[in-house]
Amino acid sequence: MNTWIAIGLTVVGCYAVKLAGLLVPAAALERPFVRRLAALLPVALLAALTAQQTFADGHALVLDARVAGLGAAAVALVLRAPFLLVVAVAVAVTAGVRAVGG
Amino acid sequence: MAQQTVLTDRTADDADKPDRAVVRDALGVGIAVGLSGFAFGVTSAGSGLGLLQTCALSLLVFTGASQFALVGALAAGGGPFTAAAGAFILGVRNAFYGLRLSQLLALPRAVRPFAAQWVIDETTAVTLAQPTRRARRIGFTVTGLTLYVLWNLTTLLGVLGAKAIGDTRAWGLDAAGPAVFLALLMPMLKSAAERAAAGLAVLLGLGLLPVLPAGVPVLVAALAAPAVLVAQGRHSRAEPRRRDTPAAERRGAARESRAADGSTTPQTPEEER
Repeated sequence: MNTWIAIGLTVVGCYAVKLAGLLVPAAALERPFVRRLAALLPVALLAALTAQQTFADGHALVLDARVAGLGAAAVALVLRAPFLLVVAVAVAVTAGVRAVGG
Repeated sequence: MAQQTVLTDRTADDADKPDRAVVRDALGVGIAVGLSGFAFGVTSAGSGLGLLQTCALSLLVFTGASQFALVGALAAGGGPFTAAAGAFILGVRNAFYGLRLSQLLALPRAVRPFAAQWVIDETTAVTLAQPTRRARRIGFTVTGLTLYVLWNLTTLLGVLGAKAIGDTRAWGLDAAGPAVFLALLMPMLKSAAERAAAGLAVLLGLGLLPVLPAGVPVLVAALAAPAVLVAQGRHSRAEPRRRDTPAAERRGAARESRAADGSTTPQTPEEER
């Protein structure tokens, strides 16, 4: 049930902000601070999420095969690999390191 | 911003960009990203969500980062409100894409509620790259449609695949979620402000993980964004006051700092993709 509540809230919230962008007059969102905050918020969230999902195991921080996978993904990104390849590299390297006992 | 001006200025020259070329651009992005719905399906199933729940997310939320964040937070034991809050904050950027797109596409009001679901990173990137209104409308529609259909199909396949392969961790599929985040994040790290916000957010997110309930550290980490902006605002306000310069020079300095501000805030962080 909790999962459905979370899904419902996310569906409504995410659709509402998409529609709001198309409907509200430009002036409402054009204040410099608001625009800069909107550009920086995803950066902060994505950085925190990347770090947590790489190092977290429940409430503990661990170093496991995911670190190698994400490191490989970072290299792929620097080499301008396409999106899908970046994800595939992360998955393959993580699986590989785990298979050899990482 | 400069890039957009250039695009607008070029409109007349590029007016004859063939529809085929626009469709090709749009299909390229739509197919590549659409296929990664498979990773979402697998991740979501691995996080304990059911087939119906996972497919509902792809059909109705349809913004990848928020979907990955939500299932990640739920898997980590986060409550429904903290989990949804993280997903929602990530989705807020779409409002700013919509703002730009509604000017570029000039959609009739009646169409907007339907077009809204497709206002995401990839459709915005493709639309901004087109020279004319016709090309933008084609780019937006083809990218949106391709991505929506493929993302939902591959989500379904991902859930079914996850059931078939059993332990998703053994296949390294728990690395798919953070890799998606990293791929979205890296192109955004263009200026010192973005790198500072990212660094502070990582410290907060990891540092608070052991002590706060699941899902909450990410929300606290989001505060790195306003914190960096406030610190930056203080810094740039303090600059001109320290100098005792003629008015003309001060105006120049102000222009410079505005330009610097502008470069830190691309309205669509991923428009170069």
